[in-house]
Amino acid sequence: MKNPQFIKEIKKKFGKVILDFKSYNDEIILTIDKTSLLPLAKELKKIGFEYFSFVTAVDYQERIILVYRLSSFKDKVNLILKAILPLSDLKIDSVSSIWGGANWHEREVFDLFGVVFDHHPDLRRILLPENWSGHPLRKDYRDEDVVKRKEYF
Amino acid sequence: MIRTEELQLNMGPQHPSTHGVLRIVLRLDGEVIVEAIPHIGYLHRGIEKIAENRTYTQVIPLTDRLDYVSSMMNNFAYVLAVEELMGIEVPERASFIRIIMAELQRIASHLIAFGTGGLDAGAMTVFLYCFRERERILELFEMVCGARLTYNYFRFGGVSQDFPKEFAESARNFIKYMRPKLDEYEDLLLNNYIFQKRTKGVGVLKKKDALSYGASGPVLRGSGIKRDIRKEKPYSLYDRFDFEIPVGKNGDTWDRTWVRLEEMRQSLNIVEQALDGLPSGKVKAWGVPRMIKPPPGEVYRPIESTRGELGFYIVSDGSARPYRMKVRSPAFSNLSLIPVVIKGHQIADVVVILGSLDPVFGEVDR
Repeated sequence: MKNPQFIKEIKKKFGKVILDFKSYNDEIILTIDKTSLLPLAKELKKIGFEYFSFVTAVDYQERIILVYRLSSFKDKVNLILKAILPLSDLKIDSVSSIWGGANWHEREVFDLFGVVFDHHPDLRRILLPENWSGHPLRKDYRDEDVVKRKEYF
Repeated sequence: MIRTEELQLNMGPQHPSTHGVLRIVLRLDGEVIVEAIPHIGYLHRGIEKIAENRTYTQVIPLTDRLDYVSSMMNNFAYVLAVEELMGIEVPERASFIRIIMAELQRIASHLIAFGTGGLDAGAMTVFLYCFRERERILELFEMVCGARLTYNYFRFGGVSQDFPKEFAESARNFIKYMRPKLDEYEDLLLNNYIFQKRTKGVGVLKKKDALSYGASGPVLRGSGIKRDIRKEKPYSLYDRFDFEIPVGKNGDTWDRTWVRLEEMRQSLNIVEQALDGLPSGKVKAWGVPRMIKPPPGEVYRPIESTRGELGFYIVSDGSARPYRMKVRSPAFSNLSLIPVVIKGHQIADVVVILGSLDPVFGEVDR
């Protein structure tokens, strides 16, 4: 790890909310409690993570994990931030006030996964038509029009 | 007393200058844009969902259909990610071939962006010239893999086939042919008085916005941020090549167009170096199983595609199909800058600014 200094800082400040911490080469993977996303995001931006790459989600059936990727060009460090959402409570704070790019990416996650981002300025579907029902990238999504395919492997 | 009302104007989705199927709702005060609301998704095919139902190998042709003017780049990003998951070593010759193809693709794609960028400002000639030159690159691609647009050329552990014998000479001829053409374009478009008047100081993208919106590629570099993943975190064998990163000063439309032209020059240098140093050997790694089953895990490996940071975030559960595949497409993030960049400009500038962001809707909508 090239820059242990600011990792210590984050750990000191947010030690309680960090559920898991991994790092290899110049990548850090941080799993956090979803309620502390906003204060942590603000702090991260302050220490140099100005570049917002994307946010996406992975559906693990009983829970959905949000994956944020941020980069700091100053320290040449990339960060993957993970927040766990139980299926019963698919809500999290929007970070679009911190990184403008999150706006569209959060709309995409809302569109395809049904995760609701609180305080998002314009939470509408982005890729699918507005009258679409369901969220296609969920594992439990079923579409009647899909033709069943024979399993070969 | 004259009362003025705001006018709402719908631009697209079928519009020759939106470079695809984009609809922008413009709120106008006279000719000045008060607000722009882009609507995307007209080309959404659900490639991420389809990929969950395909084997890893079957996804390669799907990636061709993302950014369809630089398919090689998509292939490249995807196979790199899966190779990292699997731990496959790529033979040296295969990596060189990949780099040659990727850089030729960068030139071909930038030619479109550059040419249509001129066309948006009314310069017809440079558009026709650019497509003439692009044709020669497509001929090279056709020689190597038989396809002109959707190549499906990369494989896990290498590429599908070696260069034909006559390729090296044809490629060298192309480089020799292309270098003076780029100087010609510079005179024809970038130094053109009308084009400068239309583009300088138009669509200025501030550094702060470029970063927080996740802009990448020529859009980011046009704003003066020196970031190129080929240099920052070299993938494949890019650390062996000597090239410069062009960086703009003002972040306006002219700078972005200039960065593209300069990148074409650098790409020609890289192709030349790669042709000089092309080692002999295999073009595909031994021992890559026919049925790819990466161990459970996840990977995100971005590359510097034509438009910027292109990466595949792949989550594997150990089965033959990706559990989740997210495409981080540079054009999506670049396009989200539209409301920020065109606000306050005149309606005639919309197409020029949009052209300089160079969106490809196969990639934006996925």
